[in-house]
Amino acid sequence: MAPDLDTANEPITLEARTVDRREMLERLAKLGAGSLAVALASGSSLAPIGRAVASNSTSQKFRYGMVIDTKRCVGCKACMVACKAENKTPPGVSYTVVVENGFGERPGGRPLFLTKPCFHCNEPPCVKVCPVGATYKRKQDGIVVVDYDRCIGCRYCIVACPYQARYFDFGENYPAVTDKTAYAGVPSPEYRRFRTREEGKSPVGNVRKCTFCLHLQDADGGYDKASGRWPACAKTCTGHAIHFGDFNDPQSEVSLLLTQRQPVRLKEELGTEPNVYYLL
Amino acid sequence: MFEKALKTAFWSTGIILILAGAWAWYDRWANADQDTNYGSLVPWGLWVAVYIYFIGLSAGAFLVSSLVYVFQIKRFEPIGRLALFTAVITLLMALLSISADLGHTFRAWHVLVYPNFASPMAWMIWLYTAYFILVVLELWFVLRHDLVVAATAAGAKATLYRILVFGSKDDSPAMIASDRQIVRILATIGVPLAIMFHGGVGSLFGVIASRPGWHGGLFPILFLVSALASGGALLVVVSAVFQDGLRRNRDTVLALGALVLGLLLLDVLFQVSEALVGFYGNEPDKVENLKLIYSGPYWPVFWFWQIGVGTFIPLVILALPSRKDARMVAAASALIAVGFLSVRLNIVIPGLASEQVKGLSDAFTSDRVTTDYVPSAMEWLFSAGIVGIGLVLFGIGEWLLPNHPDSSSEEVSHGIA
Repeated sequence: MAPDLDTANEPITLEARTVDRREMLERLAKLGAGSLAVALASGSSLAPIGRAVASNSTSQKFRYGMVIDTKRCVGCKACMVACKAENKTPPGVSYTVVVENGFGERPGGRPLFLTKPCFHCNEPPCVKVCPVGATYKRKQDGIVVVDYDRCIGCRYCIVACPYQARYFDFGENYPAVTDKTAYAGVPSPEYRRFRTREEGKSPVGNVRKCTFCLHLQDADGGYDKASGRWPACAKTCTGHAIHFGDFNDPQSEVSLLLTQRQPVRLKEELGTEPNVYYLL
Repeated sequence: MFEKALKTAFWSTGIILILAGAWAWYDRWANADQDTNYGSLVPWGLWVAVYIYFIGLSAGAFLVSSLVYVFQIKRFEPIGRLALFTAVITLLMALLSISADLGHTFRAWHVLVYPNFASPMAWMIWLYTAYFILVVLELWFVLRHDLVVAATAAGAKATLYRILVFGSKDDSPAMIASDRQIVRILATIGVPLAIMFHGGVGSLFGVIASRPGWHGGLFPILFLVSALASGGALLVVVSAVFQDGLRRNRDTVLALGALVLGLLLLDVLFQVSEALVGFYGNEPDKVENLKLIYSGPYWPVFWFWQIGVGTFIPLVILALPSRKDARMVAAASALIAVGFLSVRLNIVIPGLASEQVKGLSDAFTSDRVTTDYVPSAMEWLFSAGIVGIGLVLFGIGEWLLPNHPDSSSEEVSHGIA
């Protein structure tokens, strides 16, 4: 299947957009993408990101990630709703959020939305700090997960995450669950454990986060967009802004997108190496 | 008369605080975290601040005791065992606070069976455990001889002492010398252990690169200095209330007061350095953190509680001729001991209360996804209950254990060194 590469937009090259370079730098500086800003300012190639994309020299079978095209995002928040519906997250827990003007505003005052799931970093600070190894990066596909039965609920990982991608489950429930309607009996498919909400039982008292809907993977760890086995947010995105895929596959939609448009990642200076890229 | 009033105040405060905390304790164990005000943007709150406050007091008190048991400084001898006992009780209080804070308290043992050696928190828990065992052992060896002597008497207390020394009746000089030797060894091991433990807590915060208010090499050191200042100050108060220190140990109290003054000044130096370097550097996130502390919604905690109560007034008292009045020194120390809780609050809360991604708290509406954190009534009362329990445990221990200078045993008032 030929990837949808957003041909409506001209590819941004440094030459074509020199007028906007300062503006771009300002935006990047605001983002904290210091190294990228420096690279652009000096006119050098974007070596760090290029390398990260090209390096397949990992034992991982898959390197799942996203490329989120902010020009295609209309800010409808359908991804947030789809994620809620899929993962049955309680109030105060949202594995993905749509932040308005998180990158600053677009020229002309148009809004610029930042859709932010967990970035499943290559160097996740959250994993390093967990005292019991309850949160870890899966060897086979790089997805950062939480073992709810091991997590002691200390919330150090929330503190360490530079992107606030983690949420604590305080045991609060939507009225449909509190009132014990039929919805209360619908389990969350997360991690294929099919848990329903029970007081004091995990995931209540645990830290929760985006899993790239890994419960939809097939036995080999693959996803299948055609049959709907695809992260809920990407599947539902009305503007086709959220592209999901495997960066280890150079022909995947996400890999190709990175070669055609100018990607940025948040807070490069922290060395976390997120697997979610933005096209501005 | 004054001492008696102090003791009455001590016991009634303890009991009132326990009663005040009772509802919160019930609520915490019945409804878990639901009545807390922290959330996913400010994931740590009052209880974490209270935890690091108490372990700071413990480490500080313990390190002061090392002046007696390691460095053999005679002047501090009278308060050596009181310092150790204070270290044990405050350590217990810290445990109560952090156990309430955990989402799954009864899984704390996971850290022993599923250790992550890269986690500063895992190290902190192991060091906490090692330190706890060491302090209890050291206290036992410090008290052992007195317990053996007191166990010969009749009565319930003596029975308890017999149990505590496992029926031993050995009060030979050889045994006393051996105890002393063991105490010295334990105390010597304890100094680096306490430094690693409390410095480790500082690095637990300091290593977090995404939190500019904490990140840096100064943080573990800052933790140690403030631990020493607050722990030392608490000891002044404790010895004034419990050992008739205002009269009997006047010189010790005054000496400790001078020590506390030095530590407090060192702490001020660090704080000023942090502020100057931070503001001058003008790194936006760092400046935001400093502004949150100094002029954000928490400014009264800094200016009134930390600077006013915890720093400025005690500095004046300890620097002026009032430093020669044991009562004034005790009062200044009480202000420091109480004031340093705000130091801990000013570390934990403004360090967390900013958005890591601008606009995040507006992305969806939830009380748990906001940077506005003020501890809930339940959180405050729970902590009050911990203070009450600590006071009463301390009072009981002080009454029960033969560490009273005017108890039957003559050796006690001379200490064991």
